[in-house]
Amino acid sequence: MEQFLQQLINGLAVGGIYALIALGYTMVYGVLKLINFAHGDLFTYGGYLGLTLLTSLALQGRVGTAAAVALLVLMVMGLVGVMGVVLERAAYRPLRESPRLSAVVSALGASIFLQNALMLLYGARVQVYPEGLLPQVAVSLFGLQVPLLRILVVLASVVMMAALYLFVQKTKIGTAVRAAAIDQGAARLMGIDVNKVVSLVFLIGPALGGVAGLLVGLYYGQVNFTMGWIYGMKAFTAAILGGIGNIPGAMVGGLLLGVIEALGAAYLSIAWKDAIAFCVLILILIVRPTGLLGERVAEKV
Amino acid sequence: MNVRLALALLAGVALLAVAPLALDAYWLDVLNSVGLYALLALSLNVILGDAGLFNMGHAAFYAVGAYTTAILSTQLHLPVLWTLPLAGLAAALFAAVVARPVIHLRGDYLLIVTIGMGEIVRIALVNDVFGLTGGANGLFGIPRPIVFGYKIRKPAEFFYLIWAFVLLTVFLFDRLEQSRFGRALTYLREDPVAAEGSGINTTRYKLAAFVLGAAWAGMAGTLYAAKMTIISPESFNFWESVQLFLIVILGGAGSIPGVILGAVLVIVLPEAFRGFATARLLVFGLVMMVMMVFRTQGLLPLKRPRFREKDLARAEAAR
Repeated sequence: MEQFLQQLINGLAVGGIYALIALGYTMVYGVLKLINFAHGDLFTYGGYLGLTLLTSLALQGRVGTAAAVALLVLMVMGLVGVMGVVLERAAYRPLRESPRLSAVVSALGASIFLQNALMLLYGARVQVYPEGLLPQVAVSLFGLQVPLLRILVVLASVVMMAALYLFVQKTKIGTAVRAAAIDQGAARLMGIDVNKVVSLVFLIGPALGGVAGLLVGLYYGQVNFTMGWIYGMKAFTAAILGGIGNIPGAMVGGLLLGVIEALGAAYLSIAWKDAIAFCVLILILIVRPTGLLGERVAEKV
Repeated sequence: MNVRLALALLAGVALLAVAPLALDAYWLDVLNSVGLYALLALSLNVILGDAGLFNMGHAAFYAVGAYTTAILSTQLHLPVLWTLPLAGLAAALFAAVVARPVIHLRGDYLLIVTIGMGEIVRIALVNDVFGLTGGANGLFGIPRPIVFGYKIRKPAEFFYLIWAFVLLTVFLFDRLEQSRFGRALTYLREDPVAAEGSGINTTRYKLAAFVLGAAWAGMAGTLYAAKMTIISPESFNFWESVQLFLIVILGGAGSIPGVILGAVLVIVLPEAFRGFATARLLVFGLVMMVMMVFRTQGLLPLKRPRFREKDLARAEAAR
């Protein structure tokens, strides 16, 4: 029972990270019907930028105070968000009217480019986060000692997702995003600047992904330049699991996938851990391609 | 087969026949890699180029073939070349089983699922599934192929073996494209709804393309295993599948000369620029983006059949 609870909490923490990345996939897919393969790499940039900011800027030694952490998060969000906007302009906008495959290949090219640029900048080795940045406090929860950081990761992801959900549902700009997701042509006729909406989506999605990268760095204490691929695939699986194009779906899918993976690794086999997400992906696409709460992805021909 | 392709094939044969006399062992080995990748890309081209199915897990079929050969030749001591059809059969069966439930998925979802399938196969190989695959170290001691009692071991000898197979493949797949089956695939790729409407069983044709492509990748796996004498799961990772996908797209999906040109460029250029090894992939990614923006159809795109004035006039006269 104790092991079960422990795995559940681990799964929720990792699942929160998956969910944050999944939001970027789901929003981009909702509006552009494009799988942004480079999204996982933007997530990696979040981890690396966080590390650079932590070690090279005045933040060093002062992190731990809430204000410094907030500043760090904002800086990472801003930088990775801008990268997302630039990526869309350079690699996706020129292909808006092209066949689907062209955008997919361009996205893969962007992914390879971003990943290798990171390797050239930082070197191929794993980058280690300095220790003792955040207080190593454990909290007693249901009779278990849970590291505070793990709880913070879950909380941070839930708060950000809730904020995003409210933004998309309640504000005027959010309404424009939803309108563009349903029918770009009609949205344009209603006076919505679709290009601005797309830029906004490519600002918010990668910004959240960047925070996820920072959280991974803080949580595991290290980042490497290839991690975007596997995290990206898992986050995409989470988006499908929850129902692609659906923001609460991405959150549910992420948390669920994290838990399935943690329990699978604990009770089935640790060696097959990375295969679990792919099995979930294939199963869900065969059995229920709409995901738990979402749109159709199978084509009836 | 049209006259130009026949001439190109003849020129290719002549060039290939003399290549081992002019090149050293290192470049012959590079050309052997080109041949293997050309074979693999041609096999993927049936699925991706001809049928328009986004398959980014092709390395899995390649792996099934290579491991079939490795297991049969080291455990049961079958001669390597005997395992060639068996490797093709194993990969084809595997493709039939895994592709059937997902073949109806929308293009980019099929892409994601095939990536997942490829990764599951790789993880299974690393985990020494059924105790046969040797885990992360892979399998070694695969015997040399023997042709008419002659043991093939030098790069120049492999060169003839591999490229003979490439030429045979080019010939067969060109015939295939002209056949009823090939034309049905083209129709299916260009307009699936109309194809279904005119009585083509789209699922069956898609599956057939998948199985045929996989069978050929499996046989390429045999040649790879025989050439290396040692195989490990890392030879069949995600990057292999991406590379094959790129060869087909950059060369020109559906175009056999394009696919071969793609294989030459993707394999030879990095060899020629070995000095810039670290920036190689960065440039590669950049080229992919630029290519898609400025030359979506690839370097040697497939020529769509077009009606010319005189064809129309002739058709009119015949009526």
